[in-house]
Amino acid sequence: MGNRTVIPFGPQHPVLPEPIHLDLVLEDEVVVEAIPRIGYIHRGLERLVEKKDFQQYTYVAERICGICSFMHGMGYCMTIESIMDVKIPERAGFLRTMWAELSRLHSHLLWLGLLADAFGFESLFMHSWRIREQILDIFEQTTGGRVIFSVCEIGGVKKDINTEILQKISEIMINVEKEVTEIANVFLNDSSVKYRTKGVGVLSKQDAFDLGAVGPMARASGIDLDMRKLGYAAYGKLKFEPIIETDGDSYARTSVRIREIFQSIDLVKQCITLMPEGDIKVKVTGNPNGEYFTRIEQPRGEVVYYAKANGSKFLDRLRVRTPTFANIPALLETLKGCDLADVPILILTIDPCISCTER
Amino acid sequence: MEQQTIRIISPNELLTETLLLKNDGYRMVAISCTNKNGMELSYSFDKDYELLNLRFIIDCDVEIESISCIYPFSFLYENEIKELFGVKIKNISVDFNNNLYKISVKTPFNMKKEDE
Repeated sequence: MGNRTVIPFGPQHPVLPEPIHLDLVLEDEVVVEAIPRIGYIHRGLERLVEKKDFQQYTYVAERICGICSFMHGMGYCMTIESIMDVKIPERAGFLRTMWAELSRLHSHLLWLGLLADAFGFESLFMHSWRIREQILDIFEQTTGGRVIFSVCEIGGVKKDINTEILQKISEIMINVEKEVTEIANVFLNDSSVKYRTKGVGVLSKQDAFDLGAVGPMARASGIDLDMRKLGYAAYGKLKFEPIIETDGDSYARTSVRIREIFQSIDLVKQCITLMPEGDIKVKVTGNPNGEYFTRIEQPRGEVVYYAKANGSKFLDRLRVRTPTFANIPALLETLKGCDLADVPILILTIDPCISCTER
Repeated sequence: MEQQTIRIISPNELLTETLLLKNDGYRMVAISCTNKNGMELSYSFDKDYELLNLRFIIDCDVEIESISCIYPFSFLYENEIKELFGVKIKNISVDFNNNLYKISVKTPFNMKKEDE
């Protein structure tokens, strides 16, 4: 046995945009154990349901995270709609799906940029974020916001998108697809990039299942798990299959996200083609009474919303289980046996969102 | 709407029921706690996109068993519930002893009115 050392990693670290702490137990340069610590910025947003009524809380839900903001708003609205048995118009479902897929697109591009930055490929980082800007421009044009949109409400959506802008989005998608193809080639085929990702941080299919991994982390290890298959919003009317890889290493996780970018582009195009005419919201009256668990697929994986309502304006409980929280045990497993130098890349390959986790 | 089932059990049945689900190929999705008329604990499991919840209600001073011997990754959920709600959970595989979160108050999701 080599010399054992404990190295604190985080909560402040150049590779971490948000605080998480790991105590890394090393034998020489190899990690033998990692002990996590979170909660540096725990906000207790779940308890705000006691102070904000169920309609107002949509705004709070959107602020759980700045990357999956729209999906948090959508997941929360879907939960309350299920409790109140509200059926949203078909067009609202398609609009929600389109914004959700655009959110996945920008989130994965953001992650690719961060990954490139972590292994020191600055120009690749800049290209990834330059492409992402086009998606943020779509958000700005269609919702008025680039980060928090505030378009989702209980009963549908607040804003419609006209045919002319839908056509424009379609053209932007063609351009984004072309540009992503170029950077995807570097992420997947460049020897210096592969050297940092191929065979690093392997998570077997069994471990991924046993450790409760979700999202691209699970799918890169061969688990067919994608909550969009539940068919919520308009997903039941679109053609897609979960993206699966089997190697379970950092390269596979990168590959899954890159292929999901192309999948999201395709889903946005399908939404534009199939978008029905009609209303975008229904009037919701009364207060929710009952409980429901909603699951949707965020860029980082399955997120669970549980709401319990008592017939008043204020919910008894809202619980949000975020994908990063679910992926922490799997991260700890991938860290075992890796070199200290690979720790930042491995932490990044779960695409951690501490803001979500510290809801 | 997604199919979901809530099965009411007693706290004593938790380990047996969880083990049966594990052996049946269920994935543990989350553990949730609601502080209303006692501590209502819901253990959510998934198989083939169907959600099954095991549920029981206990008083705050009742100690329950950890399921981390069956689903090892449940330690995070259990530490969270222990720390935020003050639910007593024993035999957690990795017990942070109320130090998972850096929070300034004890059991913030189960505070007495006068403390708030």
